[in-house]
Amino acid sequence: MSDQILQLKQIEKSFGNTKVLDGIDLQLHRGEFITLLGASGCGKTTTLRIIAGLETPDSGSVLLDGVDVTAVPPEKRNVNTVFQNYALFPHMSVADNIGYGLKLKKVSKSEIQAKVKEMLELVQLSEYGSRMPAELSGGQRQRVAIARALAVQPQILLLDEPLGALDLQLRRQMQFELKRLQKQLGITFLYITHDQEEALNMSDRIAVMRQGRFEQIGTPNEIYDSPKTAYVAKFVGEANILKGKVTQSGKVVCVETAAGTALAICKRCGAAEGKSVSIAVRSENVSFAPYQPDAQGLAAVIREKNFAGGMLRIVLELKDGQTLIASRHGIDLPAQVGDEMTVFWNAEQAIVVEDVEEGKL
Amino acid sequence: MNKHPQKAKNRGYWLTLLPLYLFTIIFVGAPLLYMLVLSFLQRAETWGITGQFTFRNYAQIFQPVYLKTFADSLKLAFLSTGIIALIGYPFGYFMAKLSPKGKKWMMLALMVPFWTNSLIRLYGWIIIFRANGTLDQILMGLNITQSPLKLLYTYPAVVVGMVYALLQFMIFSVYSSAEKMDWKLVEAARDLGASPLKAFLTVTLKLTLPGLLSGVILTFIPSMGLFFIADILGGNKVVLVGSLIQDQLVKAHNTPFAAALSVVLMLMTTLMIALYKKIAGGKELEGLI
Repeated sequence: MSDQILQLKQIEKSFGNTKVLDGIDLQLHRGEFITLLGASGCGKTTTLRIIAGLETPDSGSVLLDGVDVTAVPPEKRNVNTVFQNYALFPHMSVADNIGYGLKLKKVSKSEIQAKVKEMLELVQLSEYGSRMPAELSGGQRQRVAIARALAVQPQILLLDEPLGALDLQLRRQMQFELKRLQKQLGITFLYITHDQEEALNMSDRIAVMRQGRFEQIGTPNEIYDSPKTAYVAKFVGEANILKGKVTQSGKVVCVETAAGTALAICKRCGAAEGKSVSIAVRSENVSFAPYQPDAQGLAAVIREKNFAGGMLRIVLELKDGQTLIASRHGIDLPAQVGDEMTVFWNAEQAIVVEDVEEGKL
Repeated sequence: MNKHPQKAKNRGYWLTLLPLYLFTIIFVGAPLLYMLVLSFLQRAETWGITGQFTFRNYAQIFQPVYLKTFADSLKLAFLSTGIIALIGYPFGYFMAKLSPKGKKWMMLALMVPFWTNSLIRLYGWIIIFRANGTLDQILMGLNITQSPLKLLYTYPAVVVGMVYALLQFMIFSVYSSAEKMDWKLVEAARDLGASPLKAFLTVTLKLTLPGLLSGVILTFIPSMGLFFIADILGGNKVVLVGSLIQDQLVKAHNTPFAAALSVVLMLMTTLMIALYKKIAGGKELEGLI
């Protein structure tokens, strides 16, 4: 038994003239929680639908447990989906929804009853078996959808932005529960989201998708701490990106940008002198102090201050006109809009990343 | 809680509904009541009615000749409704799957015939069906038949006329419920192990059943009473309750008997709706009640 439960090989898919998947490769390990993270339209849902069998790739193959299932219809794949808007059957009770897949497999009535009961307990809805989907709250429907998909004991559970329709508090609670379920059952979960927080919270591995390709695949730590590309740094950590040329290589790299010289470290790329690179700095790592002519750093002017999501965001405009965002706890600070500042950071907190242009993907 | 604003609100509520009630009472309730009373009155020897109460009109319906008319009407209604369902369901179902533009065109194509008077459209069928008419000419021209079929004034001609006149009611009501369906549910069924046929039977059919059933009602009820189709395409060979009522009213001037026939016809259709409600599980009728 190999460790790989699913392999995608060179999957390509176009809808009309739009290429949605551009030759992707992906391996899923047994029992892992993997997340496809990307903005809407990046191809993550199409990837999931191809794995489920609801969509056929133009080329490439899908191997489930070593068997090529590319042409196998969805009903004959041991892979189940939790749909984005749950897709519960409105004309069936919660218990009938959960038992639907088992009934199709011609499992005996008593076995179905036992399994439905077990599933309802698993998702903590024991009292709700006889309710209709319309009588449930969003969070409860979500659980029923999960129970329905798990009842048929899939090898892989596919989850298509399952928490998208829930409010923030419920979403956090469900993240925790999904992770618990996955650990308890040991089933491979393939999770789709555009929410980086969700991805970082739950996943064993994250695959960041962009324009039908994987930009980086790695553990949450790798993705967060050593983003490979500017896009990953921006998407996952909301990092500031500065472009420039390497003037001094080594452990700490000096990069000459249009706004001045900045320091960064190189984690996963070679940065030879003269090479064009980008550096990524997260907003929380951007420090600033009142401007002094001889201070190390980049000169900037505060353009905006706004309070959002529990953090104060400060928009700083550099000499060349591009802006950096710094964030701080608290709701205000003494510096005012229009004040001149010097912006700086520790070299370890800035990372040299590859700058893949949109068109080159 | 203050009760007075609530009362004032209620009064406004009743006032706004008043025209609706008045309309219903004057144009629906009163005529029905009038018909009901009429059906229990006696026909005068020469002309008009006498004020005498009688069950004779209802008893008269049980004469074999009238019972047969009811039976024939029911048979024709069942037959045409069945054919309409068989054609209309798939039609409405696939129409719901068309692109928005395709739907618009299809809708238009279904509406266009209604811009012509229904009687005139029926005369069109006469031209097609009559001996050596369009149909015969085509069939004989293609050497499929050797002599005219003489379809006009036959039972099949009446069935075709019924199907033609009522088909779009079925199509629209199936369409409206198929249109509302979430096709993701079919994917969910497939994902859980259902074959395409099984997914159709357990999900699609179940969810479009209200549309199909209201289509059945919308076609079954009129097909009991559409006497002019039977008259025009069936000659005097096919006599339906509708034609019987018309004859009693216009030719025989037996108003009380016509009223009694109408009451029985209405009871039968009410029964159908009750039956429907039972099947649909008390759910709202699609585009109906």
